[in-house]
Amino acid sequence: MNSVSVLRMHGIRKSFPGVVALDGVDFTLRAGEVHVLLGENGAGKSTLMKILSGAYRRDAGEIAIDGRPVTIGSPRDAQALGIATIYQELSLVPQLTVAENILLGHEPSRAGWIDRRRLEDDARRSLRDAGLDIDPRRRVDRLGIAEQQMVEVAKALFRRARVIVMDEPTSALTALEIDRLFGAIRRVTAAGVAVVYISHRMRELTEIGDRVTVLRDGRHVGTFSLSEVSTADLVRLMANRDVRDHFPRRRGAIGEELLRIDHVCGPPGVAAVHDVSLVVRRGEIVGLAGLMGAGRTELARIIIGADPPSAGHVMLEGRRVPSSSPRRAIRAGIGFLPEDRKRHGLVMTLSVCENIGLPNLARWSRGGLVSRRAERAEADRWVGELRIKTPHAGERVVRLSGGTQQKVVLARSLAADAKLFVMDEPTRGVDVGAKVEIYELMNRLTDAGAGILMISSELPEVLGMSDRIYVMRRGRIEAEYDASAASEERVLQAALGLAC
Amino acid sequence: MAGLRFRAGRRFGTLAGLIGLCLLLWILTPHFLTVANALNVMEQTSINAIVAVGMTYVIISGGIDLSVGSLLALSGVVLAEALKGGWPAPFAVAASFGVGAAAGLANGLGIALGRLPPFIMTLGMMSVARGAALLVTDGRPVSGFSSGFRSLATGHALGVPSPIVFTLAIYAVAALVLSRTRFGRYVYGIGGNEEATRLSGVEVRFHKMIVYGVSGLTSAIAALLLTARLNSAQPIAGINYELDAIAATVIGGTSLTGGEGSLGGTMVGALIMGVLRNGLNLLGVSSFLQQLVIGAVIIAAVLVDLMLKEKRA
Repeated sequence: MNSVSVLRMHGIRKSFPGVVALDGVDFTLRAGEVHVLLGENGAGKSTLMKILSGAYRRDAGEIAIDGRPVTIGSPRDAQALGIATIYQELSLVPQLTVAENILLGHEPSRAGWIDRRRLEDDARRSLRDAGLDIDPRRRVDRLGIAEQQMVEVAKALFRRARVIVMDEPTSALTALEIDRLFGAIRRVTAAGVAVVYISHRMRELTEIGDRVTVLRDGRHVGTFSLSEVSTADLVRLMANRDVRDHFPRRRGAIGEELLRIDHVCGPPGVAAVHDVSLVVRRGEIVGLAGLMGAGRTELARIIIGADPPSAGHVMLEGRRVPSSSPRRAIRAGIGFLPEDRKRHGLVMTLSVCENIGLPNLARWSRGGLVSRRAERAEADRWVGELRIKTPHAGERVVRLSGGTQQKVVLARSLAADAKLFVMDEPTRGVDVGAKVEIYELMNRLTDAGAGILMISSELPEVLGMSDRIYVMRRGRIEAEYDASAASEERVLQAALGLAC
Repeated sequence: MAGLRFRAGRRFGTLAGLIGLCLLLWILTPHFLTVANALNVMEQTSINAIVAVGMTYVIISGGIDLSVGSLLALSGVVLAEALKGGWPAPFAVAASFGVGAAAGLANGLGIALGRLPPFIMTLGMMSVARGAALLVTDGRPVSGFSSGFRSLATGHALGVPSPIVFTLAIYAVAALVLSRTRFGRYVYGIGGNEEATRLSGVEVRFHKMIVYGVSGLTSAIAALLLTARLNSAQPIAGINYELDAIAATVIGGTSLTGGEGSLGGTMVGALIMGVLRNGLNLLGVSSFLQQLVIGAVIIAAVLVDLMLKEKRA
């Protein structure tokens, strides 16, 4: 293996409104290496790779390929420079054949007609280069996910890629398929192609990777040869922070049991829930940590009645909550703040008042007609109480900021007399000021005897706000910690499956 | 409420269009702006306006109903056959409304429970209901009713032709239901964001079914007026009425993507179509050219609406 650097990224900066996603990151890639990119959710891995693949533009910094500075303004530029990205959601056309996919946009033709023989020969050559034994005439939707991923590798090779970025390529693969994929990766790197490998599966990293770069909070923590660092070191490098002080959690008296989930299994899928049991008490904030795809949102959807459990049940105040009916879950006293407000939370075409009213209109009606006065009075009350920043309760929610919209969703559950709140990433996409306000509201809710189950991918938030923490991994509860006993390192280890 | 104010604002643009159109026709032809002609236009618009009530509900809920014309024909022949069979008029009308509403609910059942796309379900129902209407009558019109029954469409109240009175009454009730009842609010919610509405505890499937039932019912009401006016029920009545109803709804500012719209707008939209037809007739424009003009106006109206919407956003 030689050590010429094909790619150098230097001092890369990228900020989004309210957040600095990358703060002067350096990244070097040598020909023929598998370079692992490691970091927590939100550490900046995806942003860095999106800059490399032309999906985002950098604010500052330099990128050089073979020592020559380049500008990557679009995915097209990136392709032309030999950079191929293979995303978790594959970008193949399922109805076309393997060969058609590999050569998509580069079909050899004679007099305007596609030359099928050459198409298949070219595809076969790329497949062979990747060490794959797949019939180029097969339709892609007849292949397994691992095979599809390898077709993507062949496609990248056909396009003369020199750098292939793979984002969590093994998350949906079986052990046998992973072996095959690793075989393909070794073949292409032997031919001098460099691979950037993003994954959280530590055991795999040490098996396939040559070097590792750790990012944390948008900064470059270090680059090491994988043979000289231990897994424990890497976890420490990813975490290593103490930010608990920034969270205004007021821990109060914890009351009796409010929510109990017994042996719940979820609908089959990639992130299926397996045999999860947990408890939330009055006055308690319970954090639910885990990596993306660990099954946390899926669990939340079962609790709020959005999806049916395949086994087990949900109890609130000792009574069983009928499954798979959001209406009955709300009536039982379960409130919900969804991860994706625009899809699952609010009706954007309706006003603040009308959104708050949706589950509550029955109580605000008289003689079959909605009482405008009652509705308006309730809405005004919550606008005042939660300090919802809107000119008036009749404003359409589409015009409000993210944090304000989040409060409208919360107001709706409050107006419905919720006792238990399931909050899925409550502060995502919310600016810093509104974040603190939402934390303060969580304090007020628990002071008043409510319980909160908080899903969050931000470890500092989980540690700072929770009284107790569950960690989920691959659909199961992997660990449970008392807030006083938890640390970022321990939670991260559990989330990664390294806790012993 | 700002939500309502906004909807009214939207309607105002369409209303301005209607007024402008009337002014233009007033200048072009002296016959246009007479009381007789105005009543004539409204009377002729009434059938489409009533069918468009159900269509507005359906489109606000994010769906479409292509079967309204066929349901009108089916309810019409059921009414006519019942009257011919010697049923008392109230029973005959109830049977006709029942058939229209039931066919509409069947649409809703297929869409809400069977998860069929509304386009497909109502396209199928369009053919099913048409076939049923032809079967019931053996393909022949059913004519000749009592003068008492015909006066439903030919009578007057305070000098106003009764179809206009009917139309206004239906709009008043339907608008109240849409803006002031839970059901009405849920129609907006379902069209604006079905999943968020479901997660807010609304029985989305049930309310969706009702929406299509309403559409079947308004088709049957239109059938009653049409049958009384023509003194005849035709199994081939109502062909292409779905297109007129969709046009009136969309010209009236209801969004085809759902969640937004109003009955006031639909009424103005129906009037624009009616005034345009009437004016083109008065001007002696051939019916071939009329089709072309009306089509162009529909496209232009929605285009302008979209551009205004983008500016606001």
